[in-house]
Amino acid sequence: MGSYILRRILTAIPTLFFISFVIFALLALSPGDPTGNLPPSLPMEIKQRVREALGMDQPMPVRYVRWLQQFMVNEPLNAIEKATGIQIGNSEDRLRITSWTARGKPVIDLVMERLPQTLWVVGLAYLLSIVIAVPVGVFAAYKQNSTFDSISSVIAVIGFSLPTFFTGVLVIQIFAVWLGWFPSLYNTTLDVTNWDTFVQQVKQMIMPVMVLAFFQIATVSRFARSSSIENLRQDYVRTARSKGLGERMVVMRHVVRNSMIPVVTLIALGIPGIFGGAIVTEQIFAVNGIGQLLIISIQSNDLPVVQTVLMIFAVLVVVFNLIADIAYGILDPRIRYS
Amino acid sequence: MSISAGTATPNVELGTAVKRKHRTLWGDAWVQFRRNRLAVLGLFLLILIVLGVLLGPFIYRVDPKEINILDASVPPSLEHPFGTDDLGRDMLARCIYGGRISLSVGVVAMLIAMIVGTAIGLFAGYISRLDNILMRFTDMMLTLPQIPLLLVAMSLFRDPLRMRFGLEMGAFVMVVTIIGVFGWMPTARMVRGSVLSLKQKEFVEAAVNVGVRNNSIMWRHILPNIMAIIIVAATLSVASAILTESTLSFLGLGFPPDVPTWGSLLYENRNYMVKSPWMVMFPGILISLTILAINFMGDGLRDALDPRQRQ
Repeated sequence: MGSYILRRILTAIPTLFFISFVIFALLALSPGDPTGNLPPSLPMEIKQRVREALGMDQPMPVRYVRWLQQFMVNEPLNAIEKATGIQIGNSEDRLRITSWTARGKPVIDLVMERLPQTLWVVGLAYLLSIVIAVPVGVFAAYKQNSTFDSISSVIAVIGFSLPTFFTGVLVIQIFAVWLGWFPSLYNTTLDVTNWDTFVQQVKQMIMPVMVLAFFQIATVSRFARSSSIENLRQDYVRTARSKGLGERMVVMRHVVRNSMIPVVTLIALGIPGIFGGAIVTEQIFAVNGIGQLLIISIQSNDLPVVQTVLMIFAVLVVVFNLIADIAYGILDPRIRYS
Repeated sequence: MSISAGTATPNVELGTAVKRKHRTLWGDAWVQFRRNRLAVLGLFLLILIVLGVLLGPFIYRVDPKEINILDASVPPSLEHPFGTDDLGRDMLARCIYGGRISLSVGVVAMLIAMIVGTAIGLFAGYISRLDNILMRFTDMMLTLPQIPLLLVAMSLFRDPLRMRFGLEMGAFVMVVTIIGVFGWMPTARMVRGSVLSLKQKEFVEAAVNVGVRNNSIMWRHILPNIMAIIIVAATLSVASAILTESTLSFLGLGFPPDVPTWGSLLYENRNYMVKSPWMVMFPGILISLTILAINFMGDGLRDALDPRQRQ
């Protein structure tokens, strides 16, 4: 197992380099310029000096390595320092990635301000979808071709065909405008201090979570269903039945455990995707998460913020890929030796 | 199931020349496809939408760009079946016009993704030397965070292309290339998988033994046999391309607002969704119906074209 995990980690590293290079190259090749937001009356020499101070005159490989150092070494150290209060090395002199527009604020601070909102909405949606989707998928597979199966299959196709921006609009129309149950916009200044504000917080989270979860339920339940169907046909199921095990035991102990192997992978691999989906949801419900931060900084050409958010997404993808691989190895011993 | 029920009753009366219907792979698939009611419904809906979008402008002769402030934000009526937007432009005309762009984005992006995906899958599967490196590359491409990267790429390269190809064409080239370039990986993996298993089949071995060149084996023997998979993948990738385009446009980073597509119609009218819901409902419903129809159809096609799935 140890060597398997080590091998997986070793293959994850080049992937991370590849992604970081794509992100760096994409932005390095772009026509965006940090001096673009400075007043046009500024003389050219000063603009040139600003560019030099930012290291824009260096050749590309040098910039890439320095950029990488910023992301992989400096900023994580800063983040740790901020979280624990322990000073590591000469932190005063360490360069920080600062935003071009938000008055030179460190990007990490901007991200940290917004991360909790995203994590709450995304996390709840994900948990909810797993709790609903897995039993639905397994039951539909067990009763293949029954009414329950066909209805849940149709709903699943609808679920991943409807774009989240449309379900969002629809949900706002129904629950906020017609029924008036929930507020249509997310109140980002709300502080949860007592029961009333807590209720308010729950109310405003229901719609974004619902929209994200609906899409995810559709994908996961379809997958759980097909994986369970495959397993229900296997010989070991027949063996389990013929040795007199109850149906409950057969399904719960044997079928579900085996068919969850690919589902776990899908769930782990889907986490970065749902962050992508959160960009849309945050835009519709005006949640101030990192998805919204990405959109704002793209619009204002704030490249350091864009790069940081992209890198966070990329690291998430690689980390969850790794988790999926390791989970797969734990659940299915055959994988480890292939 | 090798013989589909009902069509083939073996003729026991010897001597009588009974004309048996000639059956082809595609005929067989069609019979199978028709049994899936949802797939047929999807096909029907899709034909309806495509016809509506293609022939719409000839029947419904209203200029989608004509501004009429006096008729602004009118709810659906006989005169304006889908209502009008905040500038008094007719929503039905805009939806028809936008549908043309959305559907063509879907088709062209699908073609790019299919060509790249099939080529890479075919080479990786057939030429063992290339397998490792091509699949590594595919896996890496799969790990890129798609939507965020698409957004950034769109915003960075929009202006240069717009200057090159003009407002509408520039955005089209941009959207289509980016969606295509980020969308070929699942196809490549599927194609590679089936090429690997086809390579072991007797007919390929036979072809190798009679001295057919590698090139011919790939194009004449293997490619036709993976057509079914490619068709299914192509169908589903049209849906995902339309979805991606409308997501980008909805976030304001796809087509510019003055070019109506279903997604950008939603984007430009999103602020009116509470006061005048028809402005966002109709484009939203059209996107959803199209994607739903294609996905239902794709499921049906998969069942019809893949004999292993049949029960």
